[in-house]
Amino acid sequence: MRSAGFRRTRRTSRASAAALVTALALTALASCGTSSSSDNGDKDSGSKGSSDPSAPLDPKTKVTISIDCMPPAAKAAELREWNEDIKTFNKTYPNVTINGKSTPGQCLEPPRFTAMLKGKSQPDVFYAYFTDLQQVLDNDGAEDISAYVNDKSVPALKDIQPQVIDVARKDGKLYALPTSNYTMGLMINRKLFTQAGLDPNSPPATWDAVRAAAKKIAGLGKGISGYGEYSAGNNGGWHFAAAQYGLGGDVVDASGKKAAFNDASGKQVLQQLHDMRWEDDSMGKTQLLKWGDLQKQISTDKLGMFLAAPDDITYMVQQLGAKYETFGLGPIPGGKGTLFGGNNYMIKKGSSPDQIKAAVAWLNFKNLTPGKGQFDWARTKADKLPVGLPQPNFFLGDSKAKDDASRTTNASMPIENFKAFMDNPIQGKAEPPKAQEIYKILDNAMSGVLTNKGADVDKLLSTAEQQVNQVLANQ
Amino acid sequence: MSAPTLSPSKATRPRHGHAGPTRPNSAREEFLRTLRRNISAHGFLIGAVLCFSFFSWYPMVREFILAFQKTENGKTTWAGWSNLSYVVNDPAFWQAWRNTLLFSALALVFGFAIPFVVAVVLNEFRHGQGYLRLLVYLPVMLPPVASVLLFKYFYDPGYGLFNRILEIFHLPAQQWLQDTDTAMLSVVIAATWMNMGGATLIYLAALQGIPGELYEAAELDGAGLLRKIWHVTIPQTRLILSLLLLMQIIATMQVFTEPFLLTNGAGPEGSTTTVVYLIYQYAFNFNNYGSAAALGLVLLVVLAGFSAVYVRLSRNSED
Repeated sequence: MRSAGFRRTRRTSRASAAALVTALALTALASCGTSSSSDNGDKDSGSKGSSDPSAPLDPKTKVTISIDCMPPAAKAAELREWNEDIKTFNKTYPNVTINGKSTPGQCLEPPRFTAMLKGKSQPDVFYAYFTDLQQVLDNDGAEDISAYVNDKSVPALKDIQPQVIDVARKDGKLYALPTSNYTMGLMINRKLFTQAGLDPNSPPATWDAVRAAAKKIAGLGKGISGYGEYSAGNNGGWHFAAAQYGLGGDVVDASGKKAAFNDASGKQVLQQLHDMRWEDDSMGKTQLLKWGDLQKQISTDKLGMFLAAPDDITYMVQQLGAKYETFGLGPIPGGKGTLFGGNNYMIKKGSSPDQIKAAVAWLNFKNLTPGKGQFDWARTKADKLPVGLPQPNFFLGDSKAKDDASRTTNASMPIENFKAFMDNPIQGKAEPPKAQEIYKILDNAMSGVLTNKGADVDKLLSTAEQQVNQVLANQ
Repeated sequence: MSAPTLSPSKATRPRHGHAGPTRPNSAREEFLRTLRRNISAHGFLIGAVLCFSFFSWYPMVREFILAFQKTENGKTTWAGWSNLSYVVNDPAFWQAWRNTLLFSALALVFGFAIPFVVAVVLNEFRHGQGYLRLLVYLPVMLPPVASVLLFKYFYDPGYGLFNRILEIFHLPAQQWLQDTDTAMLSVVIAATWMNMGGATLIYLAALQGIPGELYEAAELDGAGLLRKIWHVTIPQTRLILSLLLLMQIIATMQVFTEPFLLTNGAGPEGSTTTVVYLIYQYAFNFNNYGSAAALGLVLLVVLAGFSAVYVRLSRNSED
């Protein structure tokens, strides 16, 4: 049966083969002529939209994106705002379903974030710190969104500070959009300043002034420290870097291959801490502190000053029950530079073009449009959430003017307490390469001067220098 | 659950080598019968094997592979010995080993001797021994984090309990965890207090296994308390002492919780950085999993050496 059915003469066989070749050739030609449309047709057929990054999201395309860092139920007002924003967003983009993922506590805890990247279990749109870019790229975790982000998809793009957008770039490709930024300054407890006879409206701008003020505040007794500093959990090294930037110094040289902190400013940072701790006794007896410890001290009126970013105030008010009125902010002592950082959102590697477009549209609406989303200060005030903190403040030009005006009009805290910080903007500087490993080494130098009265500052610096050079050589 | 079926008597089972032409079938049936007979046992076994495979053996194999890999820009490549070389050249490596060995040595001096003495003393009590055992064991029942944090308050140089006590006796306040000379000692004291109950109970059990006649004979020979301990107690508990010593060496070399919570990991000038804390830093602070795995392997090799001695001693004790 089979042989009968398929038996062919040599002639018919040749004719069939010719027909097949012709058909294939015609198909190939046709596909060559309309390569892009055909590709789209294959990949995004039916209701799916165009893969052309510059084309707007097709309203007929159904897209679902999961997004990190939705406020948890405990933050009722923030969650309500999130849901309202989704509703408003869906008026323009009814085809986009936003699937929020809430995280208890911090949006990003490094160990959990690392595990998520390793397991490729991050949401489609995920929250990251500025310093996470290399780690994300090492894990092939994020899409290059350069082609999707332009003046049309993000109208305020031109008004975002270049250094904020630059940290999201690698090899000329853009991998993230910012949600907030910070630069470090000097946080003060206004109540203790007043009690010690100091002017809380003029926070100390030099280290000599910090030292003098710390002495006066510590003189109040009752276990109150004038100035506080970290020296554990890599936070000591982080603050050493900030103080070093403030004095115009650096941590790593321009080549990124050599330590650059064993100089006069590095010595000044350590020596002044040593002297405040041991000569003035103005830093309290308990050291080896890490992030969170100083916030607790200043919130309970046991600490006068420490280096911090404005978002610490949010933490201290919302988590530790402090009052906005308690705090003031000045520029970082020295004022020659300050450490900057912040957060952004990235889009998971493997997301479809439509998902990327939907994500960019949402991030633009929620985080990058003055007057909307996170910058809708009138709503924030109505919801009894804080308005008036100096940061996030990554806009320039018209966008900044508009945002600042709205922030001032709707302020729910005494913004004049941050005037010294706002009126003296200091150029931010990014963290050094291999930041955490360098910070670990510098923790030892910081703990050395804060726990050992006989500490040899030169030796601590040169040991740290050798060790950092070794880390940088191992890159 | 139904009662287990009785196994067929040996006489009714087909014998291997005498089954003639039906032998393959019989062997299969035998296998199936055995399987059916032990179905519940196999079910439990599969569950356990799966759990161990996923949560213990696979991570161990993965860790071994990871120690020789590097991930950069999304690509995992074979790194040979470079992770190990990186770890050995890290300035913190030798410091971490020195600190770990110091912790182990101090922990043995305190954690080994004190529970033994406490056990000997407890063993002498004729009344209320159960109550005293409970008192000694109570600290072990506290969550380790709670115990450690309690000690953190005690050690606080500003308003801690220990400095208050020194103040009463007009002694100078100490820096405890804040001083490179005393930080590790303070960590050991806290760890000893936390773990003393378990070791004491084991010693006590060993002591109670010593026949009373030996003590009576020693007393008739005119031996006092110290001679009884030296000539009866120690020889009789020698094996248990040796095993506990090795178990403590293995446990103390993996110390993490105490320095992590008491001194935020590194301590003053890195004086309490332990090997396991360094592994934690590599993995979770630097995202350098290759180096973390490589250092884990180094620790594994060292501990395997101690474990080999432990196994040898266990065998001797069984003999």
